[in-house]
Amino acid sequence: MMYWDKFLTHAPALLVAVPLFAAFLTPILSKFGSRLRNGWILIIAVVTELMVIALTYHVYVEGGMVYVFGDTVTLPSGSSVPVRIIFNVDAMSMFMVFISGTLFLLGVLYSLSFIEDESGKDKFFTLMLLLAAGMFGLELTGDLFNLFVFFEILSIASAALVAYRIDRAESIEAGFKYMTLSVMAGLFLLFSVGIFYGQYDALNIATIAEKIEYNLLDKVALVILITIFAMKCGSVPMHFWKPDAYGEAPAPISLLLIASGQASLYALFRVSFTLYGLSLDTEAVSWVIIFLGVASMFVGVTMALVQKDIKRFIAYLAISQTGYMLMAVGVGIASLQETATGVQFLNGYGYTAAKGGIFHILNDAITIGLLFLVAGAIYYRTGTTDLNKMGGLAHRMPLTSAFFLIGGLALTGLPPFNSFSSKLLIFESVYNYNPLLTIIGLVMSILTLAAVVKIFHSAFLGPPMKRFRDVKEVPPAMLLAMSVLVILIIGIGLFPNMVVDRFVEPALDSLVDKLEYIRRIKTGGA
Amino acid sequence: MLLNIPFIVVILLIGIGLLAVLYKKNIIKMIIGIQIMETGVNLFLITLGYKEDSIAPIFTSAPEKKSMVFPTVQALTLTSIVIGVATTALMLSFAMLIYKHNKSLSTDKMRRLRG
Repeated sequence: MMYWDKFLTHAPALLVAVPLFAAFLTPILSKFGSRLRNGWILIIAVVTELMVIALTYHVYVEGGMVYVFGDTVTLPSGSSVPVRIIFNVDAMSMFMVFISGTLFLLGVLYSLSFIEDESGKDKFFTLMLLLAAGMFGLELTGDLFNLFVFFEILSIASAALVAYRIDRAESIEAGFKYMTLSVMAGLFLLFSVGIFYGQYDALNIATIAEKIEYNLLDKVALVILITIFAMKCGSVPMHFWKPDAYGEAPAPISLLLIASGQASLYALFRVSFTLYGLSLDTEAVSWVIIFLGVASMFVGVTMALVQKDIKRFIAYLAISQTGYMLMAVGVGIASLQETATGVQFLNGYGYTAAKGGIFHILNDAITIGLLFLVAGAIYYRTGTTDLNKMGGLAHRMPLTSAFFLIGGLALTGLPPFNSFSSKLLIFESVYNYNPLLTIIGLVMSILTLAAVVKIFHSAFLGPPMKRFRDVKEVPPAMLLAMSVLVILIIGIGLFPNMVVDRFVEPALDSLVDKLEYIRRIKTGGA
Repeated sequence: MLLNIPFIVVILLIGIGLLAVLYKKNIIKMIIGIQIMETGVNLFLITLGYKEDSIAPIFTSAPEKKSMVFPTVQALTLTSIVIGVATTALMLSFAMLIYKHNKSLSTDKMRRLRG
């Protein structure tokens, strides 16, 4: 029991350390054979996921905790200075870590078969582990400079993975585009960290949140932060890299890119609720975020309708889904209020909307992830992602086409799949804020359905084609990864109440409650 | 006023870098632009920690009653430089691969992905 407690205390550090350490061992282990390497990667992914589950359970039962790197240093002059970096582990960060960890495990499982015949596998897995470490760090950290460091680790690893197929000029182009944007975003993030440090002498999110004044410099920093995180999660008008990067990356990497997109959404929400909180001009900021959301929904779906490449099509759907989360949480920010004792809370419909938005982060990651894996399965067997060359695949790959249909219908929000409940929560609550938003959302859902049906028809239905005579179902590891996502989609769809009450609501509460965040860091990190 | 000059230089460097990334068609020049931006941000951090008439923050050998510049920002800058090396290396290798494929470094030649 004692070891268990010790493990739980150090689990937040291990979550970043284990993938990071494993990443550097992978190239060495690869020298001893691919079987050993594959086993090693799979074990690391499973161990990471088990740690994620254990820690998530612990945090949800026992409440948030803090992990402190470093200590207080006493100087020769007698004064003492805290030299430390803090990981904040609350329900919201664990919610995100759970999503990332699960997608990471499935991505690894899928990759084992998917890139079997390609070269450079040891580098592929090394970068994949680095990507996971960056993602976990981004979601756990309670320190602004640390946020920048993990942001850069995430960017470097994912840009290199987007360009994995270096024999294709398109992949390099997508990787370069993604890298340029990410590096610039990272530099501006560092700039805004400098703005905060110059004013408040701190890098700790809790300390800055306590002192923040929302003066001109803070407003500049807010604009920078909203822009870069909205860019990184692929919101319109900064979406143009997303179809390129998602479309050109190998399918399991697209899956991880979704998880990293959700991580940037988390960073955006953390900045708005915890760092700024009520010092924000909630009216203006919420409208900006709602506008980004509505524009993403609209542009995403309309551009998806005209795509000829199945992965670009799914990437545009991902952009439009990002819009729902931005819109819902934007409405949440609009209704942010505080009690007489200064505790932040979301009022009435705003709470429901934000709940729907947070719930949709989970649903979107699973559903879009499934669609990308299906597209990868098609590519694996047919060697193409061009929709004009596909047709009649349902005869050859019945399971895969069923998975695509489930994923597509879940995305449009049909019951009994998962997005139905999150979209219902969003639509019914956003209506109270502004009916127009609900109407736009519903129309976009219908357009999504049209797009999905069109793609399903052109890729899977129709007579069997001679060209695809030898096409068969993908290997079991890939099928298993997809089935897990399907089970999650249907499971969450059948028991939405349980997931919302036990999993989403505590996360939202911990996200909104700024006082509790500051108190936890102050006392836990002392 | 004299102390504000570094901040003006910071804005200039970031602006020049941004313009280079936005308007240059040569990939190498774009990467140079990003480097200039990075220098600007690093200078910004260092300037934040500067105090007039103070010494380097080495506590063990500090003379009495002499103020020191802030050490934290210098640590941040060091980290940022290291990260900058990694990003530059990756971007230059992209540039190399793009040149191999296109026989050109111009962005006009790399418009395969659109729409």
